[in-house]
Amino acid sequence: MSRIAARFAALSAAGRGALIPFLEAYDPDPASSLALLRGMPEAGADLIEIGVPFTDPMADGPIIQAAGQRALAAGVRLPLVLEMVRAFRAGDDTTPIILMGYLNPILSYQPARFCADAAAAGVDGLIVVDLPSEEADLLAAPAAAAQLDIIRLIAPTTDDERLPLVLEGSSGFVYYVSITGITGTRSASAADLAAALPRLRRASSLPVAVGFGVRSPAQAAAAVRVADAAVVASSLIETLASSLDAQGRAGPDSVARVLDQVRALAAAVRGARVPA
Amino acid sequence: MIVNTTLPVSAERPNSLRGGPSARGRFGEFGGRFVAETLMPLVLEVEAAYRAARADPSFQAEIDRYLRDYVGRPSPLWFAERLTRALGGAKVYFKRDELNHTGAHKINSCIGQILLARRMGRQRIIAETGAGQHGVATATVCALFGLPCTIYMGATDVARQAPNVFRMKLLGAEVKPVVSGAGTLKDAMNEAMRDWVANVADTYYLIGTVAGPHPYPMMVRDFQSVIGEEARAQMLAAEGRLPDIAIACIGGGSNAMGLFHPFLDDAGVRLIGVEAAGHGLDTHQHAASLLRGRPGVLHGNRTYLLQTEDGQIEEAHSISAGLDYPGIGPEHAWLHDIGRVEYVAASDDEALAAFQLCTRTEGIIPALEPAHALAHVTKLAPTLPAETIILMNLCGRGDKDIFTVAERLGVAL
Repeated sequence: MSRIAARFAALSAAGRGALIPFLEAYDPDPASSLALLRGMPEAGADLIEIGVPFTDPMADGPIIQAAGQRALAAGVRLPLVLEMVRAFRAGDDTTPIILMGYLNPILSYQPARFCADAAAAGVDGLIVVDLPSEEADLLAAPAAAAQLDIIRLIAPTTDDERLPLVLEGSSGFVYYVSITGITGTRSASAADLAAALPRLRRASSLPVAVGFGVRSPAQAAAAVRVADAAVVASSLIETLASSLDAQGRAGPDSVARVLDQVRALAAAVRGARVPA
Repeated sequence: MIVNTTLPVSAERPNSLRGGPSARGRFGEFGGRFVAETLMPLVLEVEAAYRAARADPSFQAEIDRYLRDYVGRPSPLWFAERLTRALGGAKVYFKRDELNHTGAHKINSCIGQILLARRMGRQRIIAETGAGQHGVATATVCALFGLPCTIYMGATDVARQAPNVFRMKLLGAEVKPVVSGAGTLKDAMNEAMRDWVANVADTYYLIGTVAGPHPYPMMVRDFQSVIGEEARAQMLAAEGRLPDIAIACIGGGSNAMGLFHPFLDDAGVRLIGVEAAGHGLDTHQHAASLLRGRPGVLHGNRTYLLQTEDGQIEEAHSISAGLDYPGIGPEHAWLHDIGRVEYVAASDDEALAAFQLCTRTEGIIPALEPAHALAHVTKLAPTLPAETIILMNLCGRGDKDIFTVAERLGVAL
């Protein structure tokens, strides 16, 4: 069983939802970023999403755009992101790691070589924002050969007719983009989510994670009441960004502040399904 | 004739280079639909609406009426006699798309797309712009049809194209300067796509060039092909034969695609696209995606891109804001790979010299974009016999560029 399937099975048995925090690799520097990654499981991360920086992140709002710019300035490259995962895996062999990014750096690396190297480094799944089902054959075979899950985005605009196409070839879990918009802008209401999830449940037996606009512990709790996981990205990056000095360097408490926020989110997620 | 078994051939036009793209929006290995899932249903909807419109004769009739009575088409074919004498070789003709309403070829596609947006019931228009010509053309058709319009323009371009920014505002458009990246066309396109994702229900994205996700490269090419269709007929009327060479500048490549497409199956017509060499092809300051880039994916399509070894997109540079883009339309990428079109480059300085030459010999102030095409004509024409005919697309006028040119010539206005 893959790390992702094993983790969701264990959480399901325990009757609780998952918290998936996000960090941008190398933001604001390699050491802080690795410290953050290593600290996340203890702070309550059930799975972790690592953003792979790209110069032109078309689905991201200003907060993640800025994180990507800091990471690129810190010298991030795709092989270095894999190195970071390898370093994390030396101390943690169970927490699933998902890379989220855009297609072009993967194309430059060569898809087959990338999938093999990513799996060898300990990556479990890939989310490639600008690779819709129509183009998915580009990565499907190499990802399958390397036993990497391909996690597909489903949006409010994905209608019932299209849903089976998008789910075909999905594995690991399904990522529901809860708003029509870019990251870190608006949020879906609990009612929107409650309306959207049954549609996904009917179409797929995979776990469903909700992302885009999940910011607060209360929103994360609301997400796992209807879905299986909550992805929190921009609000963690905002905390990190606000801890940096004027030159964009990490302060002594940058990592701790983000991890404290992960703890608060995890507490809310773990308490979400307990009857009051 | 070039033979290549990987060509997209259509059932109606076997053995034609004009049958692309494939059902997946591919020209060879280029093109496609690389957008986020949120946008994918919209992109498919645009394609379905466009195919339905194209099958409806009243749609083309509507376009034709606006092109004739509003844009002023057909644009003339002009024999540039004094320029021809000055160059001392091949005969040079200009296809005068700078005489269109709004001063460039961009309006051709804006008319087609705004009529499509209306058919689709869209209430709001967004667009990206580099030099501002597409922004002005979009703002113009939005004023004409009474639709609100938001134009994304890189902050660097806002500064160097101040007259066009003011024109857009006069026309009622909201101009949003984009500060991310180098603040040029690429960044404006990113921001326009972010707007589209956030406003899927009511917004039509009116892309200015033959790039972006399928069907845009095909659709914009179809709307711009009026340039080549007219020029082909005009040349036959003027000279009784086709030109030997057709030449156009390339940023995203819409004016060139519009000129070239009707000539693709005329094997005797040499087609030449001129990229911006900026400070030189061997510097890192140019916009020559085909000559110095390699294939990758950006803005919804697979094409040649200026990028690092790690797949990060590099900033382009050109004196001309309209050519300052690190990618190129996917059909050009394919025509480059199969060798049907030759791609060359002209530098900032060469374009500036051609700009001045055209102004003084023909009394036409060209935009800096077609000045790149003209720069190559000035190299080529003197090497060719007087019977040779060169057709160049003069795709925009240079009023917008006089401040840039004055600055480069050291003149204070």
